[in-house]
Amino acid sequence: MNQNRPIISIRGLEKIFYSKTGQVKALEDINLDIYEGEIFGIIGLSGAGKSTLVRCMNFLERPTKGTVFFDGKDLSKLSKKDLRIARQSIGMIFQHFNLLMQRNSIDNICFPLEIVGMDKNEAQKRAYELLELVGLSDKAKAYPAQLSGGQKQRVAIARALATKPKVLLCDEATSALDPATTHSILGLLKQINKEFGLTIVIITHEMSVIEEICQRIAIIDNSRIVEVGNVIDIFTNPKSEIAKSFASPGGDRPDRVIGNRCCQIIFDGNSSYEPILAKTVLECKAPVNILFADTRNIDGKAFGQMIIQLPEDENLSDRVVAYLRAQGLIVKEVESSV
Amino acid sequence: MFSSVVTKMIGFGLLETLYMTLVSTALAYVIGLPLGVALVVSDGSQNSFVRGINTVLGIVVNLLRSIPFLILLVTVIPVTRFIVGTSIGSTATIVPLVIASAPFVARLVESSLKEVDKGVIEAAQCMGASMTQIIYKVMLPEAKPSLIVGSAIAVTTILSYSALAGFVGGGGLGDIAVRYGYYRYQEDIMLITVALLVIIVQILQEIGMRLAKISDKRI
Repeated sequence: MNQNRPIISIRGLEKIFYSKTGQVKALEDINLDIYEGEIFGIIGLSGAGKSTLVRCMNFLERPTKGTVFFDGKDLSKLSKKDLRIARQSIGMIFQHFNLLMQRNSIDNICFPLEIVGMDKNEAQKRAYELLELVGLSDKAKAYPAQLSGGQKQRVAIARALATKPKVLLCDEATSALDPATTHSILGLLKQINKEFGLTIVIITHEMSVIEEICQRIAIIDNSRIVEVGNVIDIFTNPKSEIAKSFASPGGDRPDRVIGNRCCQIIFDGNSSYEPILAKTVLECKAPVNILFADTRNIDGKAFGQMIIQLPEDENLSDRVVAYLRAQGLIVKEVESSV
Repeated sequence: MFSSVVTKMIGFGLLETLYMTLVSTALAYVIGLPLGVALVVSDGSQNSFVRGINTVLGIVVNLLRSIPFLILLVTVIPVTRFIVGTSIGSTATIVPLVIASAPFVARLVESSLKEVDKGVIEAAQCMGASMTQIIYKVMLPEAKPSLIVGSAIAVTTILSYSALAGFVGGGGLGDIAVRYGYYRYQEDIMLITVALLVIIVQILQEIGMRLAKISDKRI
């Protein structure tokens, strides 16, 4: 997997929507590189501009300033016809699937191939292969109305892959699905990413989607990108308020901790299934009190943080801290105030 | 009940009515369908010239639709004479019928096409579809059931217009109703023609609805 070459480069992008009542700045000063073969997530609250951003990536929305380079080509400089050809290399799936309701699954998958003018028999053959890939071989003749949400999205994925695109854009592709179906669709996307090295861009407002599948993310807030980086880095050390709220959705981290001596333990993927805290208590023979905890399991590794109250006894509490550090955890003393 | 002459006349009137209605509907669609597509495609375009075309088309359509049919029937007599050579008879009636119903058909088509999910059109754009491909492969096929329902409405409306043409010598069942029922007080003949018109409307409407249902794949 080549991780060095950006397949999508966004430079100085701005998008303003003009209407009779005024103008709305949807995106401002966006610079972003998405590399070949990665699964890149864009997360933000609704109205933050993330959907507009993904729609700018294939010029479904034309940016008012700046540009997008796709595979080295400046999309803003392409003619209408060349832009259409470029779009054939960018697949897209949507929240509401957007399948042709009057065509069955197989004909839906053939649709993009008809657009590029592929021979009918060849198109059918490719469509059946794709239907098998998404696990719906038995639904070839079913119309979208006869399929469940998850099945519709699978057909949509097959359709998006028909023209062998280099990038797959997913605009809130799992937001209309239940958690179990979301999980299976994300699994399918992961499989496609691995098998074909397809670059995937995922737009979502759900942190769980990001956790499950993305390698790098950008957090978008108020029309701007506020943080970009590896999921793990942003998770363990969120800098912006919005990133913090995504990292610990249970509410604010207590920044004023009441107690004698408290410390923050950061889990960043080293110790996963070991019952660290219980072992600490047993080894040090000291009780600790959990004041705040927000950890999650990503790929079998623990991420997140915990704030614990240490015992009154200085010696005991020092021992606890030392023990935790010895386990390879990051331990920070937290200001305590009454 | 009726003499064979009257029966024959009513039978012939029935055929004339069907002839006027079906041919007018077909021609109205030949003009109205592209017009409806043009109205939808040009709507909200970024090109100000195209937007201008949309406005002009809209005004022409509204203008033609606001003229009462009976008045239009008389007004276009010179045009009818120019095209058909006469202004009397069922073939001559087709001209005002088409002029009156094509804008109506355009509006029906427009509203059907506007029902097509914007998301599906967007998906086609993402795949690099051209405008022509979107019209032929997305908009028209996706709107098919609604277009069929629209055509059932169009054909029944044109049928009632054709009956109106009877007042100016248009032929068909309307003509018979006017001449026998209105001028000669032969109410039985008028009732028969009305009954026939009602039956034709029912049949056409039913066929339209059934076809729409069969063609619709959304269950």
